[in-house]
Amino acid sequence: MKHTISVLLQNKPGVLSRVTGLFSGRGFNIESLCVAETLDPGVSSLTVVSRGDNSVVEQITKQLHKLIDVIKVTDITDKEYVEREMVLIRMKAEAHTRAEVLRVVDIFRGKVVDVSAKSYAVELTGSASKIQAVIDILRPIGIKEIVRTGIIAMSRANKTK
Amino acid sequence: MGKVTGSQAVVRCLQEEGVKIIFGYPGGAVIDLYDALMDADIENVLVRHEQGAVHAADGLARVTGQVGVALLTSGPGATNGVTGIATAYMDSIPLVVLTGQVPRALIGNDAFQEVDIVGITRPCTKHNYLVSKIEDLVPTIREAFHIARTGRPGPVLVDLPKDLLASQLTYPEKKDVNMLSYQPTYKPHPIQIEKACKKIIKATKPVLYVGGGVILSDASRELTELAIKLNIPVTMTLMGLGAFPGTHELSMGMLGMHGTYTANMAVAECDLLIAVGARFDDRVTGKLAEFASQAEIIHIDIDPTSISKNVKVHIPIVADCKNALTAINDWFATKANINLEEEAARHRPWFDLIRQWTIDHPLCYKENNDIIKPQYVIEMLHKCTGGQAIITTEVGQNQMWAAQFYKFDHPRHFVTSGGLGTMGFGLPAAIGAQMAYPDKTVIDIAGDGSIQMNIQELATARQYKCPVKVAILNNSYLGMVRQWQELFYAKRYASTTMDVTPDFVDLARAYGAVGLRATTKSEVEPVIKEALATNNTVIMDFKIEKEEGVYPMVPAGKSNTEMLLV
Repeated sequence: MKHTISVLLQNKPGVLSRVTGLFSGRGFNIESLCVAETLDPGVSSLTVVSRGDNSVVEQITKQLHKLIDVIKVTDITDKEYVEREMVLIRMKAEAHTRAEVLRVVDIFRGKVVDVSAKSYAVELTGSASKIQAVIDILRPIGIKEIVRTGIIAMSRANKTK
Repeated sequence: MGKVTGSQAVVRCLQEEGVKIIFGYPGGAVIDLYDALMDADIENVLVRHEQGAVHAADGLARVTGQVGVALLTSGPGATNGVTGIATAYMDSIPLVVLTGQVPRALIGNDAFQEVDIVGITRPCTKHNYLVSKIEDLVPTIREAFHIARTGRPGPVLVDLPKDLLASQLTYPEKKDVNMLSYQPTYKPHPIQIEKACKKIIKATKPVLYVGGGVILSDASRELTELAIKLNIPVTMTLMGLGAFPGTHELSMGMLGMHGTYTANMAVAECDLLIAVGARFDDRVTGKLAEFASQAEIIHIDIDPTSISKNVKVHIPIVADCKNALTAINDWFATKANINLEEEAARHRPWFDLIRQWTIDHPLCYKENNDIIKPQYVIEMLHKCTGGQAIITTEVGQNQMWAAQFYKFDHPRHFVTSGGLGTMGFGLPAAIGAQMAYPDKTVIDIAGDGSIQMNIQELATARQYKCPVKVAILNNSYLGMVRQWQELFYAKRYASTTMDVTPDFVDLARAYGAVGLRATTKSEVEPVIKEALATNNTVIMDFKIEKEEGVYPMVPAGKSNTEMLLV
């Protein structure tokens, strides 16, 4: 099963390598990984998406927590959370497909960020499933290149109060 | 306060941490540090190979419980230490390894003797650092000691660029280390303790399965109290030997691949397995599905990753072993409605069954009146030292025979590379142990293969007047691999025959040590006695039965109840 794990860690040289080294050394898989500074420049937040049964994911979270530079590990999969991914797609945009590309991009609330005689580069954000849906629809029209950020995620605020 | 150099600051940190002995090998990148050490009251042991330095620091740490310190130069000095670091990591031994690094301006330039040792050791250290700012130097070394000795202990490496060691700083005042992201759990959760105790009461066939964690947390007394008070039989892992007295009637000896028949049967049949500071290693469990399959499992460990890693645990207790065992003992002491004698009596039929297993299949070997049996050598070592020696081992058959036949009654007396299984560990580790306890008898039980992996450390032993005794169980084979080839590879002895080995008696003499040899059974005891009476480094060369095997043995992947017996 797919798990989204949110990690807070010290923003120090080599920390990312400790995390990725742990995954490769122990045979855990990484579907996507995103890391950047938080409000506190001394702390980074990392979102990693991995796959495995419960005991594997339990080991992943425990092993991550064991790293000295890791402050907090949360498996947010079973919690309420918002996930977003951004993708940049360069589309073939010949005369007969240009309008179709724009229509699809519009439906998915994307925007065109680069234009040439034969291509559009479009930017889209959304959940991983939305991004996948866009890609599935655009693929038959002609995708030339694709770059995805990987997922970032945040738990939803407690709504009871 | 005046300024000091980086090197002087490092030395001062070591003194602050109470370090008396360090092991190392100099080189260009650490020459300043060596210079500063000359003025300090720290014994600086010059080994003959950097691997030996780390193993010696490791040996010292294992017998004392203090943090061992090794000092290596950059590049090959540091890489030579990696096996030592990995050895300590697998066995959770507290070490601080200081390595020199090329000057900061040259890092990343493929400079002379440059290597990314922080990158190389990331997976085999508990943590590591490259110090890149002079103001970080002292706090980093303090943190390194703190991390090495707290929680589940382990080796920490600090990489020190040469120019940083030569630059000036104001030495910061001593402060307690407090790290936001590193807070090991020491205290057990009372609810878990209560749950565990109630299970222990209900059990009719309990077993204590004890690992190195009990020794690391100095919890032998608490463990022994629990076992004896409730009459619970004890089995120990290789790393746990000595945590409970090996000569006590409740001790079933070691379990696992070369464990006793009794221990393996008891674990297979028990209804409650109390794992304390052990990690369900594959050499212990054999076929996982059949390990303690009748039992509920309580697991005490300070490292949450050890719990439910290999075997599903019913009652996890994340805590320091000593604290958890104390809490369990207190619970039994304060719950007035529990009659301890009745509890103990309820385990008696179980204990009788266990005793019967031992009578039917004791740990044994086929005796011989002429040829030396390796097990006999170990028994004689035990006899002649009164069971009080510190025993280090190499790896392979020698290690297993030592574990089986030297009945360890005290913790921190058996020093062996359990997790990594590092050949060449025993001699330098014995030097470290002997440096820590100059008056104790320290014996390295070796094979003729392993001993040659760090034989050069005989010179270190001689230079620092370490009267370590090396007992070579010499069969001219790499015996453990040969045994596997005998059993599972149709006796095709591929690369396990050591037809050429040095004359170890002459070799000892060449180093200025004493060499003794026994070729028949009757010579064994006199040789050991002579060695023990000699105030010098001694090699005892025992020409043993060439094709003797280690038994019982559980073939790899088989259930622990499927033992090959003598």
